[in-house]
Amino acid sequence: MKGLITMDDLTNDDIYSILSDAERLLPVARGELYLPLLQGKILGNLFFEPSTRTRMSFETAMKRLGGDVVNLGDVKTSSVVKGETLFDTIQMVDGYTDIIAMRHPRQGAARYAQDAARVPILNGGDGAGHHPTQTMLDLFTIQQSHGTLEGLTVILAGDLRYGRTVHSLSHALVRFGCRLIFASPELLRMPNEIVEDLREHGADVTETEDLLGNINQADVVYMTRIQKERFADEDEYAKVAGAYKLHARDLDNAKSEMIIMHPLPRVDEIHPSVDASRHARYFEQAFNGVVARMALLCRLLGIEVPAKIGGGDA
Amino acid sequence: MAEEHNMRRVTAIKNGTVIDHIPAGQALKVLELLSLSGDTSVPVSLVMNVPSKKMGGKDIIKVEDRELTQSELDRLALVAPDSSIAIIRAYSVAEKLNVNLGEEVRNVVQCTFSNCITQNLREPLPHRLKVTKTDPLTLRCHYCQRPQDLDELIHNLL
Repeated sequence: MKGLITMDDLTNDDIYSILSDAERLLPVARGELYLPLLQGKILGNLFFEPSTRTRMSFETAMKRLGGDVVNLGDVKTSSVVKGETLFDTIQMVDGYTDIIAMRHPRQGAARYAQDAARVPILNGGDGAGHHPTQTMLDLFTIQQSHGTLEGLTVILAGDLRYGRTVHSLSHALVRFGCRLIFASPELLRMPNEIVEDLREHGADVTETEDLLGNINQADVVYMTRIQKERFADEDEYAKVAGAYKLHARDLDNAKSEMIIMHPLPRVDEIHPSVDASRHARYFEQAFNGVVARMALLCRLLGIEVPAKIGGGDA
Repeated sequence: MAEEHNMRRVTAIKNGTVIDHIPAGQALKVLELLSLSGDTSVPVSLVMNVPSKKMGGKDIIKVEDRELTQSELDRLALVAPDSSIAIIRAYSVAEKLNVNLGEEVRNVVQCTFSNCITQNLREPLPHRLKVTKTDPLTLRCHYCQRPQDLDELIHNLL
């Protein structure tokens, strides 16, 4: 494995082994221990479109492990605005860094960058394509809560059409034999080519517009934000978005161990009343972005995470 | 005999290229792929849907005074991967060439997806489409991974 462009770059064994590294790195991610495994290494953060969590968590992950980070900065003031090709930008950053994390508005940009680069590329999102580091932190969160990735029933809800997060995650969950329920408005259904591809891989996939009626079956409910600008008018948006909002009272019949996840930022698809419930996991999930990315940085840089970290049984 | 009769449906050419064993009905697509369907200064003859032992039916194209290049052959592989090419000089077959659709076509067509990174034609890496299915022909962009078929791709030849 050179870089991580899509989840296909990882075998199931790779995934388990990286999640196990992440688990051991938790005290380092929390700042309880300092473990400079990546001292002397430099991460290039190339975010060609806005990002808060992904960019910051890459930066935090690198720094918690003693490494350094250089940033592309604002695209509007960088050489990109002068018309520099992605190829040229990558050639430059490749010479400055040991590993690159990038997000780009165009699909396929990460694969393109990997073909142009000597150093590993971590895809932090390419258009509506893939977002594998998000998938790794999602899998980590699910495994942390359920103790397994296998055979779970997972509802993915909201904007399934444009959300790269849910595309990458569905492919990964199917590899672990999870049953998927796609709950979305008609306009924002999971793209057909993805549903067909999942079914060809033997997936048990149900498509529905009914989120609340299916919650009682779920081990995981993965919410996403429905963007207003996807709809022709505001009334249509209001009508549709209302059916994909979770309130604490909707969870009365949920399984006790069911967890609610969200890649954040949320707008109003999860009511604050849910935050205090035992089901809410989205803030832990955001924190897990750091630990999952720490494990991935080590893996791609060829640095082994020690079997035992600190004095405890972490 | 049937094969010989087919070849004579149109006059023998002095110099040029004969493309044989094109799947029946695909000759017009081949002309389009080779940019021979519009204004062209060279004479082109084609026969369609003639009997063939090997294929049941086939099309044949004869292009006078022009020898196909390797990059043109690569294009041909998209619609007629099993076709055979004969370069004719002074009424005789001077060279026989085969077209092979490999696992990937490079710099032959551009991905059709409007948001693919390869839409910026200033990007220097090769356009790469992987063959995922041959019947019907389906390719997938190496970069954005969008599946696409020939009807879409034929308008995106490089």
